Order: sequence, then structure tokens, then C-alpha cells
Amino acid sequence: MSVKFCWFNLMPWPHLPDSFREENRSVWVDIPSRLYDPELGNQVYHQYMDQLEYAESLGFDGMGVNEHHQNGYGLMPSPNLIAAGLARRTSRAAICVIGNSIALYNPPIRVAEEFAMLDVISGGRLVAGFPVGSPMDTNFCYGQIPALTRDKYAEAHEMIMRAWQEEEPFAFDGKYNQLRYVNCWPKPIQKPHPPIYIPGGGSIETWDFCVEHDYNYAYLSFGGFVAGKALMDGYWERVAASGKDESPGRASFAQIICVAESDEEAEELYADHLLYFYNRCLHVFPGFSDPPGYRTIKTIKAGKLDQLRAQAQAQFASLTWKDLIESGMVIAGSPETVRERCEHMIQTLRVGTVFALFHMGDMPDWKVRKSSRLFAEKVMPQLQGLWPEYADDERWWCHPYADRVQPETRTPGAERTA
Amino acid sequence: MKRRELTTRRGISLEVLEAGEGAPLLYLHGIAGLLDDEPLIEALARRYRVHAPVWPGYGPESDDSGEVELEDMQDFALHGWDIAEGLGLERPHLLGHSMGGMIAAEMACLAPQQIDKLVLVAAAGLWLDDHPIPDLFAISPFKVAETLFHDAQAGEALLGGGADFSQDGALTDFMVGNARRLGMAGKILFPIPNRRVDRRLYRVSGDALVLWGRQDQWLVPAYAEQWQALLPAAQLAWIDDAAHMLPYEAPAEAAEAIAKFLG
Repeated sequence: MSVKFCWFNLMPWPHLPDSFREENRSVWVDIPSRLYDPELGNQVYHQYMDQLEYAESLGFDGMGVNEHHQNGYGLMPSPNLIAAGLARRTSRAAICVIGNSIALYNPPIRVAEEFAMLDVISGGRLVAGFPVGSPMDTNFCYGQIPALTRDKYAEAHEMIMRAWQEEEPFAFDGKYNQLRYVNCWPKPIQKPHPPIYIPGGGSIETWDFCVEHDYNYAYLSFGGFVAGKALMDGYWERVAASGKDESPGRASFAQIICVAESDEEAEELYADHLLYFYNRCLHVFPGFSDPPGYRTIKTIKAGKLDQLRAQAQAQFASLTWKDLIESGMVIAGSPETVRERCEHMIQTLRVGTVFALFHMGDMPDWKVRKSSRLFAEKVMPQLQGLWPEYADDERWWCHPYADRVQPETRTPGAERTA
Repeated sequence: MKRRELTTRRGISLEVLEAGEGAPLLYLHGIAGLLDDEPLIEALARRYRVHAPVWPGYGPESDDSGEVELEDMQDFALHGWDIAEGLGLERPHLLGHSMGGMIAAEMACLAPQQIDKLVLVAAAGLWLDDHPIPDLFAISPFKVAETLFHDAQAGEALLGGGADFSQDGALTDFMVGNARRLGMAGKILFPIPNRRVDRRLYRVSGDALVLWGRQDQWLVPAYAEQWQALLPAAQLAWIDDAAHMLPYEAPAEAAEAIAKFLG
């Protein structure tokens, strides 16, 4: 496999007031909706969707979207809507929905159906993510009971995977879902199912779940690869212990990347927007981050996440550009600096897919495109061949249908005749 | 106070604190759990035979059978009755505080003839749109005591239990305990502590006492009035200078009000 680069946009609200941190306790869950302006929102959505489509034209392997609720830095309560738009307006790159919080869909067959629709419309370009979901989204916004969230997730996973693979209707007598007739119409193009990514934040159970099912473990954090290494090492230890192969395709990582002509220009162009993101967007009320029962006792005892979270949370408010660069939270600079840091990140974490975040905070469109383009032209080609020994391993990427249909170009007067 | 091991017919093992002599009284503790020298139990033990089971999630970590097994309100209420059966209690008085009051009310709806009298002390289990209940699952740690206690400083000392968080592992131990207790409580209290017992309370036709701290800021006094209105034969008694944690703040006054009602 080549290393895959998925252009990912969190879709933040770029108009949070300067006083946001002082006047609001959280960017997530109880952020007042009066801060959202739907008319500005019209511009914001189209700009972000245009950027995702632009990424395909630059040669990125995929376009990435995710699900958040009641969140000032993530305006995709339904990533599937954005993905549907991409399915029609793009033709080559993977559509990575990372993902749908399957414990929140009632019944979860809805996810099987919508993902199947996306896979069919896009001609087999879907990469499907199944997050357990953050406590903010899952427990506080969508009311799931913390101690039962994982159990409900496991049941939803079972239903979806069976629905995609069984050829006949079946009855599903679950604890949280009872359906007499599970029957997924349509079914995905990719067989037996689209590649599955499991976004995680360090739960030990999630590692084992990925290893067991050969799913990609996607570590999505904004804490940077230096801190992320301890966590990814833990995952790779579980992979090694399982006796399975250690293909880098088994893991992915989200990384904020900013490219400019020089290191100095990168700071000049991007620093303010990155600090908007870290100082303003990541202002999450700590009471929402760890409701008792959400994390298992095993994970609390492992303690890794506590340290990371406590350090990160304490830092975010007062970070400087230097901190962002040194900690690896952000990889920024000239194409050569970025190449060198990205190579180190990919090899240190042993990842086959990078969710690359180019738009951050309130970054204007032209800067996003400049940074993305420099990366695609000058950096990406030098990183794709980093895992030569796994050159033929495409288990964790989509397999588009060769004869897939392209949407019609509308030209009045060109009506088809029989 | 003595500790007794019990395994219910369902196979859940637990500890029961027992004290006193007299009519049997089944005591269901609140969201914070039981102290070794629970003051209200000690006060009640002068007149009653008090049996206070430790709820799953609130006992030693080595025994988590009930934490996995009990999933919803019905499981919780049946576990209460399984305990009563295991202890051989015949028509006990049933008393519950806070989360325990929610369980006791549900038990009473299931089997009203199997209890003598019902005592609900600052019971959770109802929701009034005009009085949204502060979210204990998303509360800053330093605000817990002032939400639950009339005297926040004394509450802080009680909740901390004298733990020294600068010691290695003390914080992890605390977090594990907190996750087990509130993780379990969340099965009936999260995200809104209402499993619709209001529709079933018509069945509880026997005598009931609703006992409340006047300064309760978690479940404000309107909740006491709502319990009284929904229970067919309930009387309401107030304790002054006490909040949600009145069993700790005013154990003597609470015991006196309870004894006056139970006889």
C-alpha cells in the first residue's frame, strides 16, 4: 500500500467571539445556539465542502468527515449529508466517514442503510467509521447511559455487520434493539463490507476490538504525535500479542498540517488560526469529558489517558506557536520541514493512513488551499512510499467499482433520446 | 453494626449492614453509598432492626457480579426484593434515601402488600420541568458538596473521606470508586432521573412518609410536594437546616420524624 492521505475537515464555526472562553463554559454540549448564524452558516458549509472537493483534485486519497453534536468546532451532526454531496461531486477519492456513532442510531440499521447508499452512489468509495463516540456527543448530547454505552455499541455493530452480509431477512432479538425483519436494502458494493475504521481515544477495549475484527484503529486527538506515541505503542503491543501481522494499515492518526514556502511564513500565515482552534475551540467543560461509567475500570487503571488529558486540557488555553510545533500537535513549516516531521510521525506511530487537517479554526479559504496544495505537490509524493514491504496490502482502503457511473453534467438542450 | 454476607436467589452477592432490635426496616442507601457508621442507621437502630444492603457498585471491587447483572430500573427493584427475601424479612418497613428512595418507591409499586410502611427521604425518581435537577454527572468536583449539603464545608470533609490525593494511586482509587458508584447509579439516574414511577405510584396505597431537608438544592422542596401529591396516603415532614444529605446532616431529627411516623 501507499501511505494514504485523507483530507479531513472538522468544520468548525469560525465566528466564535473573542470573549468566548470567558463568557462560556464549554464549546460543546451547552454552547448557546445564539452564537450560530444560519446565513453565515450557508457560506461556511459551502466553503468547507468546496475545500473537500478541491482536495480530490489535488490528488489526496480521501476526503474525511466526522460526526459531532452541539459542538462549536464540529458542524456535522450528520456527516452522511456531507458525504452524499461528495459522492455526487467527486469521482475518485475515498469518502471517509469517520464515522457514525452507531450506539446513537435507533435502530442502527439506519447506519447500515445510509452507509450502503453512500457506498453504492459513490461506486464503492466509502471508508466507514464506527466510533463509540465521545462522552460529550454520546452521553450528554444524546442521552445514552454511560455504563451501558459500550454494550449498546457492540450490539449495534453486530446488527450492522450482519445486515450487510446476510442474504436473507433475519430477526434480531437484541437488548437495545428488537427487529423482526432486518433486511438491508441497498447493500454496499464493497464485499464483504467497506473498510472499517474505529476512531478511539485510548480505551483498551477498543484496541482489542480492532485487532479481533481486523479494523483500522484511528487515533484522533489534537494532542500531537509526540504524546500520541505512548498510546499507539499500547495498540501495537496488543496487535503483536494477537499474533496477527503488523501491517501499518491497521492504524491511522489525525495530524494538523500547515505548509508554507518557509518555516517563518508558516508561522506568519497560520499561527493565529491554530491558536483560535486550541485556545477557543477546545474549550470543553471538564465535567462533560468523563461521566462515571463511560470508561471501563480497566482503562481508568491503565491511566494513560488521564495523564494525556490532564496535560492537554491544562495546556490548551495558553499554548503558543512554539508549543504547538515542539509538541508535534501541529506539523508546520516549509515543504522540507513538513516532510521530515511527517515521515517521523508516520514511522514512529506506524500508521498507514493519515487524516490530515489543513483547515483549522478560522483559517480563510485561500490559506487552506495554499497549504493543501503545497502539501499535495511537494510533500505527499515523498511520503507515499514509506512502507515498501507492504506495497500490495490494500486491506484497509476502499476498492471502487471500476465501471462506476459518473453523475450527468446538466446541459439544457442535450436531452437524451431513446 | 454488623456486616453480613448474602447471596440473592439471582446469584448476586453483597454485604448487608445490620443493627438494632425491633420491627424490621430495610434501608436503601443514597447515591453516595454507606458509611461504616452510618449515623441515621445508628439512630434508627435504637428502635428497629435495620438491614442496610450495599448496592452493587458500592461494595468491594473484587465482587462486581451485580454491577454487570443489574441494567435497568426493573432489575434494581427486583434486586431490592431479592435482598428482602434473602434476609427473610416479613413485611418490613422500607426506607430509601436519594437513589435508594427511587428504588424503594419502585419496589413499593411492584409489591405494595409486602411492605409495612414506606419512607422516602429526599427521593430521586421524579422530574418537574419547572425545577430542572442539577446534573450530578457533569458537575465540577468542587461543586458537589455545595449542591448536596447545607453545610458545604462539612460535606466536603465527609465526601473526601480523608483521602490524601497526593499519595500515589489515591486519585486512581478514587476515580475507580467514583466510576463504579456513579456508573451504576447512572443506569437509573442518567440523563434524567425519571423512569416514570409517577405512573405506578397509584398502587402504593399504604402509609408513606416523605421526609425532606428544607435546603435541598439538588431535589428542591417542590419534589417533596410532588411525591406527596402522587402517593395515595403520604404525609410530608421537613427537616430544617438540612439539604439533600439530611441523613448525615440531621440524623437525630430525621430518626425522630421517622419513628414518629412508623410508631
